[in-house]
Amino acid sequence: METGNASTLSPPRARLLPRLPALTSYLGRGLFHFLLTLQGLGAFALITLGVMITRFGAAREVIRPRVFQEAARAGLRLLPMFLFMAAALGLVVIGQTVSWLAPVGAIDFLGTVMVIVVVRELGPLATALLVLARIGTANVIELGTARAMGEVEALEALGIDPIHYLVVPRVIGMALGVFALTVYLILGALLSGYLWAFVQDVPLRPGDYFHQLASALSGLDFALLAVKTLAFGSIIALVTCYHGLAQPLRLEEVSRATVAAVAQSIIACVLIDALFIIIYLVT
Amino acid sequence: MTGHLPAPAGAPAIEMTDVAVGAMRDPDTIVAKQINWTVNAGEYWVVAGLHGSGKSDFLMLTGGLMPPRQGRYQFFGGAMPIFEEARLKERLRLGLVFDGGQLFNHLTVAENIALPLRYHYNLSRSQAAATVSKLLECTELAPWAESTPGTLGRSWQKRAGLARALALKPEVLLVDGPLAGLDPRHVKWWLGFLDQLAKGHPLMQGRPLTLVVTTADIRPWKGHARQFAVLRNHGFVVLGAWEQLEAATGDAG
Repeated sequence: METGNASTLSPPRARLLPRLPALTSYLGRGLFHFLLTLQGLGAFALITLGVMITRFGAAREVIRPRVFQEAARAGLRLLPMFLFMAAALGLVVIGQTVSWLAPVGAIDFLGTVMVIVVVRELGPLATALLVLARIGTANVIELGTARAMGEVEALEALGIDPIHYLVVPRVIGMALGVFALTVYLILGALLSGYLWAFVQDVPLRPGDYFHQLASALSGLDFALLAVKTLAFGSIIALVTCYHGLAQPLRLEEVSRATVAAVAQSIIACVLIDALFIIIYLVT
Repeated sequence: MTGHLPAPAGAPAIEMTDVAVGAMRDPDTIVAKQINWTVNAGEYWVVAGLHGSGKSDFLMLTGGLMPPRQGRYQFFGGAMPIFEEARLKERLRLGLVFDGGQLFNHLTVAENIALPLRYHYNLSRSQAAATVSKLLECTELAPWAESTPGTLGRSWQKRAGLARALALKPEVLLVDGPLAGLDPRHVKWWLGFLDQLAKGHPLMQGRPLTLVVTTADIRPWKGHARQFAVLRNHGFVVLGAWEQLEAATGDAG
């Protein structure tokens, strides 16, 4: 019997044991790679910040139009898509909320739910992810291709700082773009939310709805919304620029760099969001 | 334009002592070593080498885009490469023309040429327009001024790269493989234009430019360049003037 047990238990154990070193090696490599990326990103962010400070106001005739161009690209030009998303977000949140709150007579909390869900959480995060999908990926591809085609070396040969010319306008433009689009998305979602509630015959007057919203909002919401969206935009720009620019790339490596940049940007945004949730909980 | 008084003819512009050149893509790979080379102001050098001999890497190092793996490289008496903001003016005394022009694809040809001027002197488009227009005329690029680089043939992209490098009126110009893949008409234009730059082109207010050009084929440069060198077997050999080169090959033959 004992022999029989040993023979039935040992094969899986025997299979598992040789895999352990491979597994630890895989995890170790992953951790090492993560730490290296974190170090690289941190250094890149600090260099960019340093350039923003030391070269503030330099080459204004060239840099300022590029900042406007990037802000328009990551902001104004995405507005139609964001208005559509705002209508959809209002529908989703109000549709679900009404179906749960109406039976228990808690319609008075509609505005509070909108503030918690749309203003504090979904609005900024959804905006960041959409901007990442539309502009962040384009950033990596453009910069990665420029790097692979030797355009960065050409800038250096002309004495033009690639961080100043290529990264700084993208960071400022994307931070402003994400901030502005979040504001429009939130306003659109709050408005469309009321319209969907009206369509569903919820007995709520516009004045009451906006009173609910106003009482649920605090000054801190406005301040944290601004800080959070600017942080989202800056982080997405930095991560995508880092992957496009920081290392020499060959053309065939651009797609891999894009995938890595998107994954890391999402993780960074979620981590920042978690940090802000903690701030909300603490305050 | 660079804020420096031009160096007198004969003053050392480029001085390399026991320099080892790493590959641009992989700096740990040494493509050439023990380079001892001096280029004086006003000289016109051609550095020859077969494909893969490290000509472009050598020129990138000379252009200050990467440090030597070993040895000492001085440009007008100052250590190269120059990355410090304070020495930027010194750095701009050197212009570099890449093999494929390496134009910025998001800008038009005119914007490409204007970029270094506008960036370093904080000029608006209209303020830079006159200089850009002269450069476009000299390089026969005026019809393509508003085209993006992708719509231009490789020959014209190279010329646009040359015009962009000349925008800041450098004292030393490095040109990577200007004749590679060109038809005879373009070859003739390049040889003629570089000759004019070496003697003193009106664009440069008649000031002779110090030229270093790389090539895979040394023959078209006979009667144009004044000094020759070759990169081979990971080494750098100074051949001297064409007459010395002919005498050496004659002796060898």
